Amino acid sequence: MAAAKARLAVHKFSSCDGCQLAFLNLGEDLLRLAELVEIVHFAEAGPVDPEAPVDIAFVEGSISTPEDEERIRQIRKNSRWLITIGACATAGGLQALRNLADGPGWIAEIYAQPGYIHSLATSTPIAAHVPVDLELWGCPVNGRQVLGAVRALLFGVVPALEQDKVCLECKRHQAVCVLVAKGLPCMGPVTLAGCGALCPRFGRDCYACYGPAENPNAAALGRRLEGLGLVPEAVARRFLFINNGAPDFAEAGRHWQEQAHDPEP
Amino acid sequence: MAEPGFLPRPRFRHLLAALTAAGYRCLGPKVRDGAIVYEELDSADDLPRGVHDHQQPGAYRLQRDDSPRCFAWANGPQALKPLLFAPREILWTSAAGSDGAIAFHPQMPEALPTAVIGVRACDLAALRLQDQHFLEGPFPDPHYGVRRGNLFLVAVHCTHPAATCFCASTGDGPRAESGFDLALAELDEGFIVTAGSPKGEVLFGQLLLEALDPAQQATADGEIAAAAQAQQRTLPSRNLRDSLFANLHHPRWDDVAQRCLSCANCSSVCPTCFCHAEMEEPALDGSHSAHYRQWDSCFTEGHSYIHGIVIRADTRLRYRQWLTHKLGSWHDQYGRSGCVGCGRCIAWCPVGIDITEEAAAVCGGDHA
Repeated sequence: MAAAKARLAVHKFSSCDGCQLAFLNLGEDLLRLAELVEIVHFAEAGPVDPEAPVDIAFVEGSISTPEDEERIRQIRKNSRWLITIGACATAGGLQALRNLADGPGWIAEIYAQPGYIHSLATSTPIAAHVPVDLELWGCPVNGRQVLGAVRALLFGVVPALEQDKVCLECKRHQAVCVLVAKGLPCMGPVTLAGCGALCPRFGRDCYACYGPAENPNAAALGRRLEGLGLVPEAVARRFLFINNGAPDFAEAGRHWQEQAHDPEP
Repeated sequence: MAEPGFLPRPRFRHLLAALTAAGYRCLGPKVRDGAIVYEELDSADDLPRGVHDHQQPGAYRLQRDDSPRCFAWANGPQALKPLLFAPREILWTSAAGSDGAIAFHPQMPEALPTAVIGVRACDLAALRLQDQHFLEGPFPDPHYGVRRGNLFLVAVHCTHPAATCFCASTGDGPRAESGFDLALAELDEGFIVTAGSPKGEVLFGQLLLEALDPAQQATADGEIAAAAQAQQRTLPSRNLRDSLFANLHHPRWDDVAQRCLSCANCSSVCPTCFCHAEMEEPALDGSHSAHYRQWDSCFTEGHSYIHGIVIRADTRLRYRQWLTHKLGSWHDQYGRSGCVGCGRCIAWCPVGIDITEEAAAVCGGDHA
């Protein structure tokens, strides 16, 4: 007797939808995926059944409204494996920059009728609300990452995630180091690999869209960026960008913001 | 071996033509993305004529002047290592048969006769070590072996060491002494050519070389000697093993860990580092799979991961592993230090950590 197909859902929270394109851009592999698993909920692709119990739930986006908080708890209850995809779901996303500002104050100043806005004061990752089984970093994630996760789970093993830094990926591609050869403020030495060292291979500096690698020395890289000529506020912004909510980057960003406002003598 | 001959600069293209006629694709130095890299040469015009490098810890820049010379620079980020020990390659594939059994299929690289022009003495020394590691043990690596067997090496003696170079102190340069098929000494007006192997002699004979003026040889020898004199950094070539292992708890390891990014740039550009990781990349439907080998580094977590445990979780232990192996236990494995003095790990370290400085600090008074 053939085993029932695994059931899969793709949910969206506060996000740009770009990570869902990791599935939609798969081409023929999307058809193969649809043969291997039953895609029961994926609103951007067609199927809509948000309450359905599933084996694998991919979650895009951050928790940004009271409704989000409730919905993610229900998804957790309905899902055997919950996998976050992308910077929003995994670190709060670009919109987590509001955690560092007076979000409610801004809403009051910008909107004529702020009473209609039902946002939380913060944008936070899924793991801040419910247990998460696997986190796929990237802004956006790519097809290789999501398919690798599905394949491993279908084999019954925990997916092996990338741990290395972008530098190693750069070197494997024989890309010339843009920090050393051009003095660009590259974030590669603290950033998780998986993108294929895309930016450095096109001569530009990594901006850390894959989030922190394991064992990142953000303090040492920050000092180096300052040595390259960046003022402390600019160093802070290198860390407080897409993955500003990732703890290692948040800590480095705070440090350099303090340096900007109250430099050591 | 024949006496050295002289190849006038306008006839350098004859060397490329002879190699091409002998069936080799010709790789040589070119400027790409602000660095000198070894890539396929379409003609002698591709060579970095008048290009010079400035290297410092953590910094590398090129500039150009009107010099006719094409080899007036010290090494860029890579040379022979990626040509032999591929950064990423498939070792085998596997497929599930209809009976459920798994069949394995070895994947061998294409045998591609390759001539590399402009190889430096430090890289020949590194090649010797890589040969020892990949070919001379009880289990020779067939992938490395295929590429190595198809290699033709044209060395160029180094006359322009960078501030980061220290091959004179490790005894590996700047003159290419052996391990090449042909060696060139570059002068303004052309090249002094020496054959170093039987297949090099064949090529040598096809070049219609002119007689060498002793004054030209004296000029070349003087430039190579000056290149040794000009080097600013030193590392002892003697065995530092005992000094290093007597200082495993030296405070310098904590100090360097504060600076080190554990980014693996040093080990990736090191021409002798050979660590790799292997991984499986199955097809989505699970019917077949490719088994990859790719460059790894003792600076990654995966490198010391053993069944649920990471042996070297922090940077202090990772840097210490790299240095104590490279300069210490390498002697036990390969009969010499793993450092050939190319200085790449100094220049290409994003934060400019200097192996000669760290070794001196850890070995303290023992360092001389």
